[in-house]
Amino acid sequence: MGEILVVVEHRQGEVRDITFEMLSKAGELCKQFSHTLTAAVLGGKEEQFIDEIAKRSDNVIYYEDDRLKNFSADLYKEILNDLIEESRPLITLIGHSSWGMDLAPSLSIKTGYPLATDCVDILIEDGHPKVIRQIYSGKVFSKMSFKESDGYLITVRPGSFQPPETIEKKNGEVIKKDLPGDLPEMRKEFIEFVDSGAGDIDITQADLLVSVGRGIGEAENVEIMKELAGRMGGVLACSRPVVDKNWLPKYHQVGTSGKSVKPKVYLAFGISGAFQHLAGITGAGTVIAINKDKKAPIFRAADYGVVDDLFKVADALKEQLKES
Amino acid sequence: MDIIVCVKRVPMTQEIDIEIDDSGKDIKTDALAYVVNDWDNYAIEESVLLKEKLGGTVTVITVGDEDDEDVLRRALAMGADKAIRIEPGELGVDGFLISSILAQVIKGLEYDLVLTGVQADDDNFGMVGIMLAEKLGLAHSAVVTGFEAEGSEATINVELEGGLDEVSKIKLPALLSIQTGINEPRYVSIMGIRKAGKKELNVVKVEDIGLSDEELVRQTIIEEYFLPLETEGAEMIEGDPSNVAEAILRILKEKGVGA
Repeated sequence: MGEILVVVEHRQGEVRDITFEMLSKAGELCKQFSHTLTAAVLGGKEEQFIDEIAKRSDNVIYYEDDRLKNFSADLYKEILNDLIEESRPLITLIGHSSWGMDLAPSLSIKTGYPLATDCVDILIEDGHPKVIRQIYSGKVFSKMSFKESDGYLITVRPGSFQPPETIEKKNGEVIKKDLPGDLPEMRKEFIEFVDSGAGDIDITQADLLVSVGRGIGEAENVEIMKELAGRMGGVLACSRPVVDKNWLPKYHQVGTSGKSVKPKVYLAFGISGAFQHLAGITGAGTVIAINKDKKAPIFRAADYGVVDDLFKVADALKEQLKES
Repeated sequence: MDIIVCVKRVPMTQEIDIEIDDSGKDIKTDALAYVVNDWDNYAIEESVLLKEKLGGTVTVITVGDEDDEDVLRRALAMGADKAIRIEPGELGVDGFLISSILAQVIKGLEYDLVLTGVQADDDNFGMVGIMLAEKLGLAHSAVVTGFEAEGSEATINVELEGGLDEVSKIKLPALLSIQTGINEPRYVSIMGIRKAGKKELNVVKVEDIGLSDEELVRQTIIEEYFLPLETEGAEMIEGDPSNVAEAILRILKEKGVGA
């Protein structure tokens, strides 16, 4: 009987969704293989969310210290290395988030445990974990195993596992642990959070979003699509590359680093559908995707698909709206 | 400021039908065109911007075969001073091994900052940079969207989820993984690449860098590659653009949205 350790991600006093997603998958694997589910909370004093975690774990290890109120790769790495050396969990799960991407690779080197990142599924075959990953912009799946080790680290892609609406309560025991005595000096110091996505329009409130991606080709074409959005009675949104290229300001951006949206209809023009983008439209009612590439991952997430030149479709839409 | 930038050449897979090869553990690559990994391009640009502002040198480095020198020459044309290619030969590498190889070579170089892209467009690992930082004993941060040096430290922006950024101070030397959008990578002309041909490009063989056979063992094993099921997903709307537009407007009407 082994242990699965879930590293709890929290921010500004709230547990991030990825934590519940990891706890749900870990719970499933623990049930199947009679493993123990332990959650590690590295947090500030009296974090209010501990009970929420305890409901979903067999044990909660709580390192309670004001230095841990905000994420620190330096401190997380030392503390988790200590914990892993002591309890030797078979699998340690970390979110594939900005912070998880900063932590997991360094923890892997420190512990010597092999790492698989950005995994969309986890299997255990003959006592050995295997992972499923998406590569080549989501067009290919890869099944991967590890070099033999006592334990393995896995980072989990956000949105890969859906936590159940009602949970079987576990009432895990909360064990407070002291921080290791010889913690290193922090080489990175948190200063503040800043909102990077504030602006004139609020794409999260729109019923119809006309969203554009890299496929619109150049900055000049934004105007064409803005006009279409206006004529359709929708609001213009976009995917990350459009913001990276400064074609539109960030407050138009849909996706993990932008906004999560919940329109009744989401029209995706020339958006290939990177997972970061798809994670932002899970709340959309109906998704219609228009893309030249019939293998674009957006078509696996959409309700309706059109394989065609987006400008031809845009022109036809404008034409018909004129007539009606 | 002396900066090292780690880069990778990746296949372009947008608007391409990818096929799995006979081994079942790789894709067919013969018909693919290759480019510099998008994230790395931003890292190169950032290093050149810093050099222009603060002085110093930029060294670009890649683990790959002769064809991969394309991305090194491109980086030299953007303003990097020298390039190193580490030839892996027949060695099959994963993210862990690449970080071991890079660390072994970089530890003999002078630097204040090491930059990588957040991840590569092909295998999406996003692990090489931060593993490299740990091996070199450097302060590190992932998904960086802003950098301002102030003496022996720097103020950085880290992109978090949900439209929030974290501002932090980090001690130098450090390793940062650079996110797209941090700058606007400059245009590179064929002429520029030809001119940069005079710049130093050294090739090192992996067997000559001093890693033992035990250190050259990968930690992850590809079991198989497979393509997603064709049947999954969207109901396709067929027909010419006017039929398509009609169908889309019908859906909007059903859902009660739009003008």
